[in-house]
Amino acid sequence: MIYSDIAIAAFCISIIVDLFVFKNSLLTRLAFWLSYMIILPFQLLTNWWLTHNRSDGKAIVMYDPDSIIGIRIASAPLEDLLFGFALILSVMGMWEFWGRRGFQRSK
Amino acid sequence: MLAFTVFGSFWLEIFLKTSVLKRWKRALISILPISFLFLVWDAYAIAQGHWFFNRDRMLGIYGPFDIPLEEFLFFIIVPMAAILTIEGVTTVKPHLREKEFGKDENK
Repeated sequence: MIYSDIAIAAFCISIIVDLFVFKNSLLTRLAFWLSYMIILPFQLLTNWWLTHNRSDGKAIVMYDPDSIIGIRIASAPLEDLLFGFALILSVMGMWEFWGRRGFQRSK
Repeated sequence: MLAFTVFGSFWLEIFLKTSVLKRWKRALISILPISFLFLVWDAYAIAQGHWFFNRDRMLGIYGPFDIPLEEFLFFIIVPMAAILTIEGVTTVKPHLREKEFGKDENK
């Protein structure tokens, strides 16, 4: 398995879990999409920070060219966006899950 | 990058009173299971050489499976920022909370 496979799998699993395992899917709620629209530009910015080549010709994080499709957005592999989406969706999903269970629900 | 994420999101706790940090137990049990899965992925990707780090630009502290300290912090801080963002959004736009908890809304 390479980064691309795992990123696609994580992306799909997070969506399936959100839609079919958790009640009140975040993907159907505007609150999630607004949050994602806020997070996405910051992800692109920090991705760029971590993956663009510095004066020593190296980035902070580097990728094996054989492990990625090769499409880069803000200098980071496209796969990073799938990874970020899966991470954000699943963590927010868990937060909502515990809220529904009544665990530290109110402020 | 991690400090940027902290500064970029944690002010929501103070100025919007999102009370996420106050509900740290709920945040922790939301983040840890997901972070664990992503760190397993990280360990695998590092072992396979999918991605690697510029050791000159790292703190130089490594945990199990050669995962740098920065990665452990990343998988706490980024999910925390995600939760703060969605709570920030629903604090500013309370109507987006509608049906947040589904049938158990009034519990």
